[in-house]
Amino acid sequence: MVPLSAYIAVGAVLFITGMLGVLIRRNFIIVLMSVEIMLNAANINLVAFSYYLESMAGQLVALFIIAIAAGEAAIGLAIIIVVFRGKISTNVDEMNLLKW
Amino acid sequence: MVVVFFSYFAFASIAAAVLTVALRHPVHCGLALLALLVHVSGLFILLNAEFIWAMQVIAYAGAILVLYLFVLMLMNLKTDDRYFHSSYLYFLVPAVIGSLYVLALLVRSPFGGAKGDATTAAVLQDGDTHAVGIKMFSDYLLQFEIIGVFLLGAVIGAIVLAKTPKPIADKRGE
Repeated sequence: MVPLSAYIAVGAVLFITGMLGVLIRRNFIIVLMSVEIMLNAANINLVAFSYYLESMAGQLVALFIIAIAAGEAAIGLAIIIVVFRGKISTNVDEMNLLKW
Repeated sequence: MVVVFFSYFAFASIAAAVLTVALRHPVHCGLALLALLVHVSGLFILLNAEFIWAMQVIAYAGAILVLYLFVLMLMNLKTDDRYFHSSYLYFLVPAVIGSLYVLALLVRSPFGGAKGDATTAAVLQDGDTHAVGIKMFSDYLLQFEIIGVFLLGAVIGAIVLAKTPKPIADKRGE
């Protein structure tokens, strides 16, 4: 029997990895992929608690998170295409049009 | 047996996540992300969540990842030498130390709480999809509708953003 804390630990490690990716990678698409890693870590936590606390709510929220990840990917990639069309770069350090 | 499967899926997903963050070429990162998603879906199977597993494989690995790879191939990215933040060691070292501390806390701590009504036997009687469907269309109907409207807005927004803009001269000519 796998304890609940093992699943939580996997989720924590995945979340830290994704957060590191957001902080240190400079390619915008990789940053979005790291956000997907963090969303997956949250999903693992939700489904694990749903199983161990015998409640259905966690799985439903995990489904909603998958839907939100789909929307986030669509909007983020559209923004990347717009930026790429104008500046030919996906480096997040060079995207400073909104900086005052 | 479950422990063997759990350790395989856990270590494989962590390794795939590290590869996603650390690999140099963006397409390789996308493929590592695919490995991560598939292994996380294996964890869902171990937790009796077949419907979430199916959604993970269909929506994440099938749709979102194809979208990522499509944009990557479309833009023909060059891999530049400086692909990490210039001072990434300042992020890396505290994050590793902090995560080790959090891990030590997590593995030792007991988790408990009020149990719900979806016991394993009750879920396995009609299947996980049945249980999710009954719950979603009774208690979570409003959230379901909100997610539907959100996705519609996201689709419209993506189309509007990615549309090729008309040249200004064309507009004046009319």
